Amino acid sequence: MENRIDIEKLSVRIKEKNLLREVSLHVKTGETHILMGPNGSGKTTLARAILGDKRYTVTEGRIEFNGADMLKLKPHERARMGIFVSFQEPVTLQGVNTLSFLKASYESINSTKVTMSEFKNIVGKNLQRIGLPESVNERYVNEGFSGGEKKKFELLQLLLLKPKIAILDEIDTGLDLDSMKVLSNAVNEMLPETGFLIITHNDRILKHIKPTLVHVMKEGSITRSGGLELVEEIEKGGYKIG
Amino acid sequence: MGKLEIKADRYDFKEDIDYKMRFPNGLSEKTIKNLSDIKGEPNWMKEFRLNAYRFFSRRPMPSWIDGLDQLNLDDISYFALASEKKSTSWDEVPQKIKDTYDKLGIPEAEKKALGGVEAMFDSTVVYNNVREELKKEGIIFCDTDSAVKDYPELVKKYFGKVVSPNDNKFAALNSALWSGGSFIYVPKGVKVKLPLQAYFRINAANLGQFERTLIIADEGADVTYIEGCSATTYSKESLHAAVVEIIAMKGAHVKYITIQNWSSDVYNLVTKRAFAYENAYVEWIDANVGAKLTAKYPSVYMLEPGAKANILSIAFADKDQHQDAGAKAVHLAPATSSVIRSKSICLNGGRTTYRGLVKIPRGSRDSSTSVTCDALIFDDYSRTDTYPYMEISEESADVSHEASVGKIGDDQRLYMESRGIPENEGINMIVLGFVGEFVKELPLEFALEFNRLIKINMENAVG
Ligand SMILES: Nc1ncnc2c1ncn2[C@@H]1O[C@H](COP(=O)(O)OP(=O)(O)O)[C@@H](O)[C@H]1O
Ligand SMILES: [Mg+2]
Repeated sequence: MENRIDIEKLSVRIKEKNLLREVSLHVKTGETHILMGPNGSGKTTLARAILGDKRYTVTEGRIEFNGADMLKLKPHERARMGIFVSFQEPVTLQGVNTLSFLKASYESINSTKVTMSEFKNIVGKNLQRIGLPESVNERYVNEGFSGGEKKKFELLQLLLLKPKIAILDEIDTGLDLDSMKVLSNAVNEMLPETGFLIITHNDRILKHIKPTLVHVMKEGSITRSGGLELVEEIEKGGYKIG
Repeated sequence: MGKLEIKADRYDFKEDIDYKMRFPNGLSEKTIKNLSDIKGEPNWMKEFRLNAYRFFSRRPMPSWIDGLDQLNLDDISYFALASEKKSTSWDEVPQKIKDTYDKLGIPEAEKKALGGVEAMFDSTVVYNNVREELKKEGIIFCDTDSAVKDYPELVKKYFGKVVSPNDNKFAALNSALWSGGSFIYVPKGVKVKLPLQAYFRINAANLGQFERTLIIADEGADVTYIEGCSATTYSKESLHAAVVEIIAMKGAHVKYITIQNWSSDVYNLVTKRAFAYENAYVEWIDANVGAKLTAKYPSVYMLEPGAKANILSIAFADKDQHQDAGAKAVHLAPATSSVIRSKSICLNGGRTTYRGLVKIPRGSRDSSTSVTCDALIFDDYSRTDTYPYMEISEESADVSHEASVGKIGDDQRLYMESRGIPENEGINMIVLGFVGEFVKELPLEFALEFNRLIKINMENAVG
């Protein structure tokens, strides 16, 4: 089944500050969209708006999932529909065991119950693939994780939750080369079932991923959309383009 | 085990009880003489009470706890008798009282054959069922009033020896007016396999409650005692000033577990202290969930070499609540050790305070102490403070202290929500994770009850 998210002329404000202006973007199953842009241009703001962070006010425009309005839904309801938004800076949950957290999330999103031993198996395979030690299961969520480990843990959740639409906010920052490969393999493997919006500063990820479109965001608007040639332009001249 | 379901109002109900006897509000020597006469006490106890009352009258209100100034001691009735007749079997307990206990789950606890159920309803013990096995081994488990009559030598020897009537204003008040509470004696070398438990409950507005508990573990004895509290909500302030004394003789182990859930208009001012002799081990495991103001600092005096203390406390403060809790470890002999862990949660303007004192005087060689305080704050209106006093004058002492304050911000909640976990569930996971260390110390059914209590409180608090 094909899924799609449609962002139509979305404007977003925080406090009195306009952060996004009439942003439109369409992502569907099988597509990989790359979103680039200078720091502070509003990329994370877009991810947060899709997630449903209520600190960000949508002043105009729509976000639809398979044609249905998403804006009224709570973040966990959006997640249950199959939308996954990774965090640029994943937070620490002191006292919350990683395995229990992953299990609660897995069960909620798949509307099923699994036994702890079944679940340990599922997680175990993915841990191995990502290169995180089994001992992660005994730790608290993101507590004492290095920057790279935090990103790997986000990747682990992507693999576990198999979302329909995945918005990955700088998930590649801090990942080592091996993990980068795991990430691109995962994206390619999931593509038949998933649509991706990948926010990045880094063209390394494009070695193994073929983008459907590359978008450039500046000062809250998407100023350019195109193919890989955009990335080359940015490589040469920075974000002055557009 | 079946699915556990609980309604939030389960802990918030009030029965229409016909109080047989009730003193008018206010306090005088006459009130105390009356009380002692009604109870038919020996003279030494009457004198003990009167002496304590004099201390109480002379001592000023402690000034170091915020909020005590709102407490009007003249406004509180000091003794109520819900049922004059003491029950020895469940069948004899009046139906109304039974209904109340049903809601609290006491019959289940009985079914599960825990050591012995002693339930306290207002100031009088109405149900006291000590299992035959306990008796056979020479274990005494009864209410303290009965102990005064039935075991006068034991009581006279130890009563008021750990917490003197002159210790503090509220210990004095309790010593003057005490009624009910548990008395436990475990003979030499006897290990009580199942935890002994008691439920306390205030059911009348404006009713002061002053239970008095005394636990004596003879040489090499081992006992766990659990006290769970819950109370109805009423409109006026209510006072609860308990005293708990523990004596752990050579090589004995005593573990005292409390789950305190008074309604939010109760002042809960408790003096808890233990004496630990050679190689004895005393543990205070203490959860404070309810009450308007709690002031409670379980302490262990390690009097002989090798004595050990473990004090773990959890405090939960919601709107208009102040949990002023902590611990005291006094190392009066060499090779003694203490571990103090405090965990507190505050939200919606609630306030938690950790107040601790560790003393290692010169001469208590090779002693160690470790103090950890973790606080969790939900919002900017709430407040947490830490006062970890240390008086260490012994050079060989091994001292460690750690404190942390964690904030559950919007980002934490959002992170969990973004992974499909609803906000309430996410907060529950965070809070239950935070208190997990405490829950691990509880027997299973108490662990379940405690987790439910926290969930109910979080649901009410966060909506
Ligand atoms: N909570 C906030 N309050 C005020 N300004 C914010 C807040 N969050 C983000 N901003 C501002 O919004 C702009 C866009 O930020 P962001 O979306 O994080 O950019 P990017 O992810 O592209 O680096 C920045 O100028 C940033 O300072
Ligand atoms: Mg960003």
